[in-house]
Amino acid sequence: MVASSPGNNSAVLRWAGLVLVGLTLLALPFALAGVGTAWVRITNLAILFIFLSLGLNIVVGYAGLLDLGYIAFYAVGAYAYALLASPHFGLHLPFWAILPIGAAVACLFGVLLGAPTLKLRGDYLAIVTLGFGEIIRIFLNNLSSPFNITAGPQGITLIDPVRVGAITFGRTDIFVGLVFSGPVKYYYLLLLLLLAVIVINIRLQHSRIGRAWEAIREDEIAARACGINTRNIKLLAFAMGASFGGVAGGMFSAIQGFISPESFVLVESIMVLSMVVLGGMGNIWGVIAGALLLSFVPEILRYTVEPVQRAVFGRMLVEPEVIRMLLFGLALVLMMRFRPAGLFPSRLRRRELTQET
Amino acid sequence: MSMLQVQGLKVAYGGIQAVKGIDFEVAAGEVVCLIGANGAGKSTTLKALARMVPAQGSVRYDGHDILHLPPHALVGRGLALVPEGRGVFGRLTVAENLRMGAYTRRDTPEIARDLESVFELLPRLRERQRQTAGTLSGGEQQMLAIGRALMGRPRLLLLDEPSMGLAPIMVQKVFEVIRSVSQQGMTILLVEQNARLALAIASRGYVMESGTITLTDAAATLLDDPRVREAYLGGE
Repeated sequence: MVASSPGNNSAVLRWAGLVLVGLTLLALPFALAGVGTAWVRITNLAILFIFLSLGLNIVVGYAGLLDLGYIAFYAVGAYAYALLASPHFGLHLPFWAILPIGAAVACLFGVLLGAPTLKLRGDYLAIVTLGFGEIIRIFLNNLSSPFNITAGPQGITLIDPVRVGAITFGRTDIFVGLVFSGPVKYYYLLLLLLLAVIVINIRLQHSRIGRAWEAIREDEIAARACGINTRNIKLLAFAMGASFGGVAGGMFSAIQGFISPESFVLVESIMVLSMVVLGGMGNIWGVIAGALLLSFVPEILRYTVEPVQRAVFGRMLVEPEVIRMLLFGLALVLMMRFRPAGLFPSRLRRRELTQET
Repeated sequence: MSMLQVQGLKVAYGGIQAVKGIDFEVAAGEVVCLIGANGAGKSTTLKALARMVPAQGSVRYDGHDILHLPPHALVGRGLALVPEGRGVFGRLTVAENLRMGAYTRRDTPEIARDLESVFELLPRLRERQRQTAGTLSGGEQQMLAIGRALMGRPRLLLLDEPSMGLAPIMVQKVFEVIRSVSQQGMTILLVEQNARLALAIASRGYVMESGTITLTDAAATLLDDPRVREAYLGGE
């Protein structure tokens, strides 16, 4: 046999690696279901947080616009789905129709937030976006009278699960000897969506629009002097980021079957922002790592803190919830001290930190 | 016919009339300078031409009124601003900065050719093309900003205080670059506090004082004008 060149070899390795990752991801839900279905649900939520982080990454990481109210778009997407597919209004649109509607409505809200804040940067923008997030949540809480639109704090229940053809995602099916529970089916659907979201993000990053975002973040006046329509490009960042949030929200509705304003509080916005910053602003893979880490570590702690304490001290000294927040805070402090650009810094951040003047 | 014709240009900044209705023009192929003290309204005038600040009056470029156009539309029409304080993209490389200058263009092979000619004009940038712009010296950043503007294939180059904050030796070099750009036929409107340098390079000059143009003549004449010598060239 002819020996292949090293270039060929690395290409083969690359493909082998991809296939391996792909197979692992395909087999994962069954391994997790063995531990407990709860872990499949946690994984699904983690994937939703990847959607959110990648969406926020467009606004914060690429365009450099600090958004503290991002969860509002998640809420908008979730309520759009819930209202169009539940007994609340008696509407039961199919999932493939609602998801684009949810994305479009979230996109509209993105522009609604973006348009009046075009001239704001940094702290000022952060405060306005924070207010925006709260406004949406408070609206959701109070839009129950005189016309009952959101059902207020009670939330919306009995949201339709996703149905594609004959497959209903809420039900357990047995197919070629494998048990496909609801969460497992959703996992595969989310994995498919995730693939699309990642591809879109990569394409965006290397597009003309991606370069324009980069330029605006570096210097807005110079960007304008280069002929970039800064207004439209900034609005586009808000709109695209919001759309990803909307899609994630719609899936959240379908998976949970129940939503209420409580799921869309400020802390959630901050959590998504932490994922983006911790992983590495502007770097798709870093952001994904950040989202996975901050989704799974707290859950792992939830299941281990109590038994560990009982084994060591014989009784529970500190509540798991307290330890989680403590470790979360500690992790953020350590990160800022040792890896300020995130676990996997973006190309630009890496340059900034390694190059000398 | 002049390439740029400004009539009754007024700019107000938060209640202050920074430019109080000025007239001037720039003919094709000319280097015209706008000199004056700090705060005379020179940079504001240039920003108004580049549509970065709202203004009133009439600004005709190539016979068309451009005061209603958005700023990003000007680059495509061949009007490029090199902003005050350089304004390079600090974390992008020199080459990426230059390519950003060609953002509005889609003629890829031509862009590559123009990149080559910018490197010929500014060999320093070729050496540093992989370096991030933020690591360049002030003078190199100014040259990069000029090079980036050239990548948009402008016909009229607006230069805002290119000597600002540079060491004297660098100022000389930047002005040599401006001179060679003009020798290639570029029309340039230069705003500059360093009147001596600006007048040495320009064919005509306008002197601005608190928002109005007080004096205008051929650059050589202005250099010898006692009022200009007194006020802007430090006597003698």
